[in-house]
Amino acid sequence: MNFKEQRENFRNKKISAKEAVQEALSKVENDKLNIFISNLRDSAEKRAEEIDSNFEKYKDKPLSGVPIAHKDIFCTENIQTTCGSKMLSNFVPPYSSTVTKNCDEAGSVMIAKTNMDEFAMGSSNETSFFGPVGNPWNDSLVPGGSSGGSAACVAANITSISTGTDTGGSIRQPAALCGITGMKPTYGLVSRWGMIAFCSSMDQAGPFARDAFGCAALLDAMASYDAKDSTCSKREVVNFENALAKDFGTLNIGIIKNIEELGINNDVLEAYEHSKSVLQQLGHTIKEIDFSELSSGICSYYVIAPAECSSNLSRFDGVKYGYRSDQNNISELYMKTRSEGFGDEVKKRILIGTHVLSAGFYDAYYLKAQQVRRMMKNKFEDIFKDVDLIFMPTTLDQAFEKNRKDSDPNRMYKEDLLTIPANLAGLPAISFPNGFKNNLPIGGQFVGNYFKEDLLLNTANKIQEVTDWHKMTP
Amino acid sequence: MAQNDTVINGWQPVIGLEVHVQLLTNTKLFSPAKNKFGEDANSLVDLIDMGLPGVLPVLNEDAMNQGIKFGLATSAKISETMIFDRKNYFYPDLPKGYQITQLHYPIVKDGVVDLGYKKVRIHQAHLEEDAGKSMHDQYDANSVIDLNRSGVPLLEIVSEPDLRSAQEAVDYLKKIHQIITYLDISDGNMSQGSMRCDANVSLMRPDSKEYGTRAEIKNINSFKFVEKAINHEIKRQMKILEVGGEIEQETRLYDAVKDETRSMRTKEFANDYRYFPCPDLVPTHISKEQIEHVKNTMDELPEEKQKRFKDQYKLDDYDSKVLCAEKETAKFYEEVVQKCDPQIAAKWIIGELNALLNKNELSLKDSKITSSNFAALILKISDGTISGKIAKDILEDIWESGNAVSDIIDSKNLKQISDTGEIEKVIDEIFENNKSQVEAYKSGKDKLFGFFVGQVMKATQGKANPGMVNQLLKDKLK
Repeated sequence: MNFKEQRENFRNKKISAKEAVQEALSKVENDKLNIFISNLRDSAEKRAEEIDSNFEKYKDKPLSGVPIAHKDIFCTENIQTTCGSKMLSNFVPPYSSTVTKNCDEAGSVMIAKTNMDEFAMGSSNETSFFGPVGNPWNDSLVPGGSSGGSAACVAANITSISTGTDTGGSIRQPAALCGITGMKPTYGLVSRWGMIAFCSSMDQAGPFARDAFGCAALLDAMASYDAKDSTCSKREVVNFENALAKDFGTLNIGIIKNIEELGINNDVLEAYEHSKSVLQQLGHTIKEIDFSELSSGICSYYVIAPAECSSNLSRFDGVKYGYRSDQNNISELYMKTRSEGFGDEVKKRILIGTHVLSAGFYDAYYLKAQQVRRMMKNKFEDIFKDVDLIFMPTTLDQAFEKNRKDSDPNRMYKEDLLTIPANLAGLPAISFPNGFKNNLPIGGQFVGNYFKEDLLLNTANKIQEVTDWHKMTP
Repeated sequence: MAQNDTVINGWQPVIGLEVHVQLLTNTKLFSPAKNKFGEDANSLVDLIDMGLPGVLPVLNEDAMNQGIKFGLATSAKISETMIFDRKNYFYPDLPKGYQITQLHYPIVKDGVVDLGYKKVRIHQAHLEEDAGKSMHDQYDANSVIDLNRSGVPLLEIVSEPDLRSAQEAVDYLKKIHQIITYLDISDGNMSQGSMRCDANVSLMRPDSKEYGTRAEIKNINSFKFVEKAINHEIKRQMKILEVGGEIEQETRLYDAVKDETRSMRTKEFANDYRYFPCPDLVPTHISKEQIEHVKNTMDELPEEKQKRFKDQYKLDDYDSKVLCAEKETAKFYEEVVQKCDPQIAAKWIIGELNALLNKNELSLKDSKITSSNFAALILKISDGTISGKIAKDILEDIWESGNAVSDIIDSKNLKQISDTGEIEKVIDEIFENNKSQVEAYKSGKDKLFGFFVGQVMKATQGKANPGMVNQLLKDKLK
């Protein structure tokens, strides 16, 4: 059942919030893919009852009566929040993130918290302390990452919506690999308060749903100005659900010249070609753009993101909360706590980040990476003078085998090649299913100009009105 | 470059100070927790001050405005854009593992502080958050942490190496203290740590064009210690240099108990703080309107006040300077002169009142002297109700008791005797009992006049109006 039907059923009193929640919870409890870190049956049932008994208050809210799963990166008051790490496996925050609070107020019921790559560092959901997540289409494949649990949750039809975060593609890549729709909004549209930081200048929360409609409604709930996040945008948020019905006319859609030379798999390219023809059938104009700088984004990203993470993760020292390895002196406590509490991928990135910020290396790495980032931003600015949207594949490949990371770490980093540019520039991007091959979904994405989420959602929705890729279920 | 009178044994000390000033904001620099000293441990701590996961800093604009004030007061450049950076290091009382500070784009740049005899340049002043406090002596085996101070706003004021002696450093520090207390941006209390100082000290030959290698002395928490620590460090470096040794660039800690500095860490082990712009805070633009707005809320600065006191109350340079040295004194003076003679008031504040404050090492606000009571005392002096000598006694009485001047005068019957008949009666009695002295005076022993005055004062317990006593004695002894 997609989000729209589920919400309609609640609004028409065909199904109560409690019934919807119980159905979702039974699926959570039967999950064989390791999608969840915590199951919140008690609080969910209570909350559903509350919503049912205040039906009038909630019936017109954007997420009325709909069960939701949140990525375990969002702090939830009095509910364990692990960020996929041993370091926080015992952490129960005394506060809630703005995202989960907003979703609560919008009438959804949090039924579970989803598995993820440790501290959102990974593209396969294999770095989680709580074990890897299986792809609902094929258990031996990865669902993508870092929001792998949230994407798998919707793809497996457990909930119709879920939240994720996207620092270098962590919403769009798993959306593509699981065959659902996922959006990374403009940096600053959704508050980062209470969302555990990986790379503060790129982290952005966003919605997962089967289709653009679900994403629009969930984004309506998530987005709000929040004085507690200094990087949050103060502009008035438009209603995204209403924007789906708007007519934006015919668009100039940019496609990247020679993109096939970036090592994209043929099946993915084929789907991409097909989508282009769909866009043309919808009346849009395809325009080729020169974006040879695209692939340098990944170098910039893998300097800046580790640099920020090395600093952001300093607070996990065993002194105040989280995992502690008890020792006789403070330096031993620091070293043992962090050696035992963090997994290998996180340690690797902390080391890289510490190195690139060190005296003598800062200019060569961090500063250079910032210059590349600035160049990328400027390039996008130029491109958006000519086109309304950019269209490209979301990933180079379809879902891949588990354990690939050990044999080829660079290939894993390269996985983010097409998603990273939007994060570097802070632009909104939406990934949607646009093909199917080898019994596996394929994803394509639009990147838009700042705060053009309405246009992205509208265009993706128009495609979904004439295609069926988003309706396929495992 | 050198000033000859500060050269010691052929060495010119070169000193720069880094002064940390805790700002008097209601809340912390990036969190809504209260900024207050002396509360129960960990009672003023927000999620943000604890560095919990996912929490974010939001700049306290009041702290920014206070920084702007300091910039305006030192004729500095106020940055159009200030940027916060992260200074990364591990320490248990630093909950985030980094301190948010300003490195390349501080709020204030290129200021000047005028010591009267020389101008000292301020390199920059930047906003940063204070760390918490580790305590190692409360429990046997464990250290404990108090995070009340974590996130308290600091303005770090960095001077250029323009100071040439420990005395100049003290004068500079006192001037900074005067400015920040005048601006009401800090209470400047060094013993409570709301003003702290690090000193960079090096020596060079007076004709040298390059500074010597410097040592940084940390943890200096009183004006007295600044002088002692710097002088000690000058001596230590001189000893090394005199025998051809080299100064190591290092951080040293001042130990007030042993009066010595000792090495904390050498350059080799210096922290690499891995500064980078804090991505949680956007660059802050400071508009001309904002600066203008702050300017309009600013109180008079010491120099302006001195000038006004000279003009308005007809005081001389010295008196106006002393009265304006501390804002509190100047305020007290202005309250007092609402009701009484400005010059008598100035004389009594600078003389007797200051003497009492110094003797008891108290500040005005901690004493029992109120401006209205003090004004009442001055009025009683100027209208002749009491003599200066009695006034001193009364001042000491109020100092101890805080009682009203008029009550003291009444209860102790201290009113000046200005009644001619009454004084004449006393004089007559004294003449009667001292006939031989009267004779001696009349036969030319003029010096005895003082004896008679003393006798009258003794008989009236000092209450007789001295002018009248003089006049009446002269008349009667003719």
